[in-house]
Amino acid sequence: MGMEGIGARVARKEDKRFITGAGRYVDDMVVPGMKHAAFVRSPYAHADIRKIDIKAAEKMPGVIAVLTGKELKADGIGNLICGWMIHSKDGSPMNMGAWSPLAVDRVRYVGDAVAIVVAETKGQARDAAEAVAVSYKEKKAVTDAVAALKSGAPQLHPEAAGNLIYDWEIGDSAAADKAIKAAAHVTTMHIVNNRLVPNAMEPRAALGHYDKAEDHYTCWTTSQNPHVARLVMSAFYNVAPENKLRVIAPDVGGGFGSKIYIYPEEIVCLWASKKSGVPVKWVADRTESFMTDAHGRDHVTEVKLALDKDHKITALKVDTIANFGAYMSLFSSAVPTYLYATLLSGQYVIPAIHCNVKAVYTNTAPVDAYRGAGRPEATYVLERVVETAAREVGVSPAELRRKNFIRSFPYQTPVIMNYDAGDYETSLNAAMKAADYAGFEKRREKAKKAGKLRGIGMSCYIEACGIAPSAAVGSLGAGVGLWESAEVRVNAVGTIEVLTGSHSHGQGHETTFAQLVSQRFGVPLDQVSIVHGDTDKVQMGMGTYGSRSGAVGMSAIHKALDKVETKAKKIAAHLLEADEGDIVIENGELKVAGTDKAVPWFQMALSAYTAHNLPEGMEPGLKEGAFYDPSNFTFPAGCYICEVEVDPDTGQTEIVQFVAADDFGNIINPMIVEGQVHGGIAQGVGQALLEGCVYDAGSGQLVTASYMDYTMPRASDLPSFKVSTSNTPCPSNPLGIKGCGEAGAIGSPPAVINAITDAIQNNDLAMPATPQKVWAALKAATRH
Amino acid sequence: MYQTNYHRASSVADAVKLQKKADDGKFVSGGMTLIQTMKQRLAAPSDLIDLRHIKELKGVKVSGKSVTIGAATTHAEVASDAKLAKACPAICHLAAHIGDPHVRNMGTIGGSVANNDPAADYPAAMLALDATIVTNKREIAAAKFFTGLFETALKDDEIVTAVTFTVPDKCGYSKFPNPASRYAMTGVFVAKRKDGVKAAVTGAGDDGVFRSKEVEAALSKKFDASALDGVKVSAKNLMTDIHATAEYRANLIVVMAKRAVAAANG
Amino acid sequence: MSEVSMVVNGRRVSGTVEDRTLLVHFLRENQGLTGTHVGCDTSQCGACVVHMDGKAVKSCSMLAAQASGSEIVTIEGLANGADLHPVQAAFKEHHGLQCGFCTPGMIMAAVDMINRHPGGLDEKTVRAELEGNICRCTGYHNIVKAILAASQTMAKGKGKTKKAA
Repeated sequence: MGMEGIGARVARKEDKRFITGAGRYVDDMVVPGMKHAAFVRSPYAHADIRKIDIKAAEKMPGVIAVLTGKELKADGIGNLICGWMIHSKDGSPMNMGAWSPLAVDRVRYVGDAVAIVVAETKGQARDAAEAVAVSYKEKKAVTDAVAALKSGAPQLHPEAAGNLIYDWEIGDSAAADKAIKAAAHVTTMHIVNNRLVPNAMEPRAALGHYDKAEDHYTCWTTSQNPHVARLVMSAFYNVAPENKLRVIAPDVGGGFGSKIYIYPEEIVCLWASKKSGVPVKWVADRTESFMTDAHGRDHVTEVKLALDKDHKITALKVDTIANFGAYMSLFSSAVPTYLYATLLSGQYVIPAIHCNVKAVYTNTAPVDAYRGAGRPEATYVLERVVETAAREVGVSPAELRRKNFIRSFPYQTPVIMNYDAGDYETSLNAAMKAADYAGFEKRREKAKKAGKLRGIGMSCYIEACGIAPSAAVGSLGAGVGLWESAEVRVNAVGTIEVLTGSHSHGQGHETTFAQLVSQRFGVPLDQVSIVHGDTDKVQMGMGTYGSRSGAVGMSAIHKALDKVETKAKKIAAHLLEADEGDIVIENGELKVAGTDKAVPWFQMALSAYTAHNLPEGMEPGLKEGAFYDPSNFTFPAGCYICEVEVDPDTGQTEIVQFVAADDFGNIINPMIVEGQVHGGIAQGVGQALLEGCVYDAGSGQLVTASYMDYTMPRASDLPSFKVSTSNTPCPSNPLGIKGCGEAGAIGSPPAVINAITDAIQNNDLAMPATPQKVWAALKAATRH
Repeated sequence: MYQTNYHRASSVADAVKLQKKADDGKFVSGGMTLIQTMKQRLAAPSDLIDLRHIKELKGVKVSGKSVTIGAATTHAEVASDAKLAKACPAICHLAAHIGDPHVRNMGTIGGSVANNDPAADYPAAMLALDATIVTNKREIAAAKFFTGLFETALKDDEIVTAVTFTVPDKCGYSKFPNPASRYAMTGVFVAKRKDGVKAAVTGAGDDGVFRSKEVEAALSKKFDASALDGVKVSAKNLMTDIHATAEYRANLIVVMAKRAVAAANG
Repeated sequence: MSEVSMVVNGRRVSGTVEDRTLLVHFLRENQGLTGTHVGCDTSQCGACVVHMDGKAVKSCSMLAAQASGSEIVTIEGLANGADLHPVQAAFKEHHGLQCGFCTPGMIMAAVDMINRHPGGLDEKTVRAELEGNICRCTGYHNIVKAILAASQTMAKGKGKTKKAA
């Protein structure tokens, strides 16, 4: 079964339905009697609601119900919450303002939901939504986090004076200051990490169905973690108790973090279904997605990096302001703290690190985790400042990095993380070789003759994923545990179902998880089915984010397989009248090692269910479950090199090569891992070159509300990528897996900007490096 | 989209009749702009009169130096027309770079000129080529046809039926697309005739397509990219948005003009 | 209301729809052909691409009434029975999809692209021709690979690749 087991490049089982148009996404679901919803949304960034008049809307053709926040509150539906408690450095808990699923007396960003209209058709629902007359009193808005902290700025929530959610720190400030004072060289930078909109190609959607006879709710939703959705909707939003609420996340068209969170729309659709007596479906259009999906990034940072005379890094000091938008989304508080500042040591020995983070309310869409979540921001700060320091002191960026690499493991950083394994030099060398780094100056000369400016930049990233020991995250403020569950059911004929709490929305779990089983029992892949995404089918699980499905989700399956294997061997030993310790599983058979005595896998399974001849006291059946709680984060790391050519006439950047050398530990399916890296790089290049969410500072209107103004990476913006992997197995989980989902998005932005700034010889360039910005930076550089 | 009433016209006369009966009827050809605008509820015509199936509006005719393109000819058809490719390859090049392949299969030249989107490609070509816009009522010189942002000389019941132009000695088009929408952020069409050079700019002007005097003056001296070295175009009356400042667009006009001339010179 | 009638995947279908009904909604809601997707409002993403009278078009950008009388092929009509179309097979073999949402439009665009380039394709052309199709998962790397491979398979005139595993 080596062809289908661990390490095999198996084509995906799930592809058949997607390539034939048979995928089943939420918008494809039809329930008898189903009607359509449209939300009435605030056109203002900040306003008091004086009055909502629904009379005209109720009389519109096809309208079934028009419901507002007042009724929602009267029915006891709770406010949305942030599930990770962060304390400010003075010990006070974070200042969380109220977020009602439908705004009652104040709207705080353009797109804030005010009412829901349910009608026969989507068109009629929209017609009627326009007829809901909301009287607003507009207030001054603030969209920029730095501006929101200034005195006199518009105030969003009474709970958060000065719009400050928390003022948090980590590390040793005095030690960092002392080292900076004593340094031979200090590099100082102002760094902006641009705000992004995740843009999964499937817009968010929800279908709520209240069954009156059973007093039971079903919610089909675009979620990366349906169980968490059910938990939160039950425990905090009072939609229904868990046993009365089924959440189904069927095929989901991409997530990238944006579908982790529980949004107002699914809560309101469930509630509206009960209120209106019909199943209610809502599907966002793209502009609605731009307005209301949780955005990503949006940091403003001041950083200082200190070097001694031998170019050893002695300290890093970071001061960050993080824009949280109008409300605290589900995991927002953890992103610029424990997913960000704890990674600031990167791949380097840095004796003293200090980071201060201020989280700020503004009149913009809520901001939460987006592919990489905190780690891209940390990597961007560190890899820009390290590259800049190398240029300033006149050494090769590769050599400065090499000199400061961590080389002995485990390594305790000054910012919580304990790196368990890694080999950074191997990745650096592999990337430099693949990129022909040594030959770059020749290529630069050649390009110059053709009138183009060539540049090369690198980035050595580390990330922490497979989040993480539950007790550890609990001590840091998490409201949930971050384990994963699995159940393995061997059927009477030997076919196998694996029920997993992980959710697949592009990651290929139906293939890779099956490979794990195939490897273990020699069962063909098509006899293994992966079941996920339905709280009625699968035991409690935590879902997919933070590159955790491999390291945590598959480890849970591994544990359950251990239990199945133990029982299967006991049954086989009994049937073969051999010692259990002598049984081996090979080629679909359970054999007595070194003999020709064997029982086929299916026959063993059948015996488990006929139960005619089982060992004394053994229960019939063959089904085992496991919960796996990791003992540490995993630490994927690697080196990315980007080479660009800039057209000085237009400022247009072309990526002429992009190299990724990653260490993901053990790999189940290299084809799928490469696909994850490609996609991550595209999003990272998107952030660096193309994507930027823009709000109008005065009005708070979202300027980039469609693909007419928000630049999505297209095929012609990207090259084919040169990717490779090395392997230092992760010692913290039984499979030695590290996680690969976010690396591309984490490692690539600084490599791209380092390359462009090298090409144009001007380091003052902010993301996204659009043609106009590069052209302006070039002009500024030639003026000097 | 708001409610609307769809009609399929069998002839130009039929289309005019249908439009006259409607409260606020609009003609639709490929619909690549109008349908999007209606979907976003930014336009709400009471009636849509579909011109796409009118045979008399279709096709490319090349006769010596004279070119006539029927209004309902799609961008894909213009791009791949063999006679046109021989007579005036710049127009084929322009059409081949409008939108994307799917849009080019629906969008038409008549729709594009009638809509006069300030970032559309065809208006620049029409202006630089001194084209004539033929309607069901009259013939209008391009210079008088494009009157402002999304504004033309067309009356409500007037339908563009064709565009005609005489092939110049040389012509070329080059555009720098908006990174997001891929419409022209700045596009320049240059055409050289014995009596001078015309250079029309799309995507950049704050009042739509216009002719660049600076570029024309330089190219009239010598129809070569080098003639534009050091030429400065004023940023006055150019658009500024999140993608490009007026100053950047002024630069792009010169750069795109150089590339258009280089293409024209082959 | 409009009476619309067209041939969809070889079958004559008709229906009465609001005039404002888009072709994509007619296909998805009236015909139950949910393989064609809607990913944007402004005609950039291409998740809705179908073939109308043999040409790729965006079904979100035209009314069902505009398409009346035409012949439509959707992703559901591409395979020949159990045999995948070579482009479908290549997307699977080369991992040209992840979440699958853009995939139907991507495959329909690819088929059209290959048909329009009987002389073959190169990487640069494929990337340029994908102007109207956005994918957020794959970084396009394997999509480009799949299209190039399918183009070669189809050029060999086999019409069908080996049956996908």
